[in-house]
Amino acid sequence: MIISVASGKGGTGKTLVATSLAISLSANHRVQLLDCDVEEPNANILLRLAITHSQPVYVPIPSVDEAKCTYCGKCAEVCAYNAIAVIKKKVLIFPELCHGCGACSYLCPESAITEKGKEVGVFETGDSENLRLIQGRLNVGEAMAPPVIRAVKKHIDCGSVVIIDIPPGTSCPVIEAVKGSDFCLLVTEPTPFGLNDLSLAVEVVRELDIPSGVIINRVGLGSDEVEQYCHREEIPVMLRIPLDRDIATHYSRGIALVEGMPRWRQEFVSLFQDIEGMLAADAREK
Amino acid sequence: MKEMVVLSGKGGTGKTSIVACFASLARSKVLADCDVDAADLHLLLTPNVREDKEFWSGRVAFIDEEKCTECGLCQELCRFGAISDFKVDPVSCEGCGFCYQVCPTDAITMNDSMSGHSFISKTKYGYLCHARLGIAQENSGKLVALVRQNAKLIAERENLDYIITDGPPGIGCPVISSLSGANLALLVTEPTLSGIHDLERVIGVCRHFGVPVSVCVNKCDLNEDNTSAIESYCGKEGIEVAAKISFDNVITEAIVEGLPVVEYSEGKVTHQIRELWQAVSAKLEE
Repeated sequence: MIISVASGKGGTGKTLVATSLAISLSANHRVQLLDCDVEEPNANILLRLAITHSQPVYVPIPSVDEAKCTYCGKCAEVCAYNAIAVIKKKVLIFPELCHGCGACSYLCPESAITEKGKEVGVFETGDSENLRLIQGRLNVGEAMAPPVIRAVKKHIDCGSVVIIDIPPGTSCPVIEAVKGSDFCLLVTEPTPFGLNDLSLAVEVVRELDIPSGVIINRVGLGSDEVEQYCHREEIPVMLRIPLDRDIATHYSRGIALVEGMPRWRQEFVSLFQDIEGMLAADAREK
Repeated sequence: MKEMVVLSGKGGTGKTSIVACFASLARSKVLADCDVDAADLHLLLTPNVREDKEFWSGRVAFIDEEKCTECGLCQELCRFGAISDFKVDPVSCEGCGFCYQVCPTDAITMNDSMSGHSFISKTKYGYLCHARLGIAQENSGKLVALVRQNAKLIAERENLDYIITDGPPGIGCPVISSLSGANLALLVTEPTLSGIHDLERVIGVCRHFGVPVSVCVNKCDLNEDNTSAIESYCGKEGIEVAAKISFDNVITEAIVEGLPVVEYSEGKVTHQIRELWQAVSAKLEE
């Protein structure tokens, strides 16, 4: 089963939820935690696993053999991203614009284009007994997160419970990370910002047809508009985490919630059982 | 005219609350919300939308069933896994047009896609340029560039001193797009291990693009040791810590009221944010 943890708004507690869920379930299940927030991967700050494997992620970038090139301009014509320009007797390549689609090399009439890997990030793994962390890290200065996210998701093991820490927002990195999930937990906070960004995240999971439930973090702060919204939209509120300075302090030190306050383990185990129950009910309906 | 962008790496550190205060404190400025996938600044500035433009960007492939002979070439060549069963998944399609180029029966067309809206609004603090990226859309970087362009035109037309930009979280495409060419990046962090980790990465991006930085530690008394660690790190790196802001629920209360905190309270946090504005506006004048 693949459960993703998303939010729209940053800083609502996605990583806190993903790591606590992973640690709690690893007592009885084989668990993979995929940190797909490759721009700012933070899950291992809380898990503290030794990284035992690290591998670069490459995007294929065209390289032109000037000996074969006739400067016909076909490559520039087919490139949707303006990553190639042919000016008189010169081919200019702009690697930061290239999506690595491969159209130019395939369509070059002279077979003058080959592809070279350009490193855009790394993917890394680390293990404890029942828990495997797989994380991606986008290189600083690189723009495109999706190739790194795809590299992480290639290593999904269907025999494990897979938990995916999703980046904030609603655009392409979020979609790349969340698609294919069986269930999506949406973490929010009871403020107008939390509500606005939750409603956007709900649109994303509806667009992708992924069942979802909400976790409200820092309950006690703000207003009850998020609760009213969930009620109106018939989205279950699956867990409430109170506004508690101890929770924030543990997090600030890099201590996972269920490590610092072990009584929370049962809450996360129950959360998982609730998700299983909802998915089973959905399957019966179908 | 000087342009300052507020970034953080990690989400939820307080960028938007601080930008809303600058809206109230700075005299001659235009505001830009470059967090186009989960924009929240408008919730504090009650904008009156004057201009609403559709943002058309990128294309999506479509297969005409009548013409398709199910040869499978498109499926085999698509590197984004966007074609299966001779149908295009518009969410996965990156619009490269490779399939359109190679289809032997010309069964594929590339259709323009409407990816969002850009807005120019009036607020009681002056103009606000903002946008909304469509759900699950690409090209957030281009929409960010459009928002900045709108802000720049207004600043030039009205002869304004500042462009103050609320940036997105992360370090990828929309961050790079909101950062390049700005006069100053104010980095809002928090004294958590994640906040520090993410700060270091976003400093790296600013350096990569040659933008000077200044740091603000929000929620500074949440973990005094970490705050000291941030200060000594910044000292070593020759980066100014412009201000520290205390951990106080008054910031959330102000969000619930829909007001910048400097207009909601006369407490400690308000004084700290005023000092922050003095420090960064002085730095912008350097």
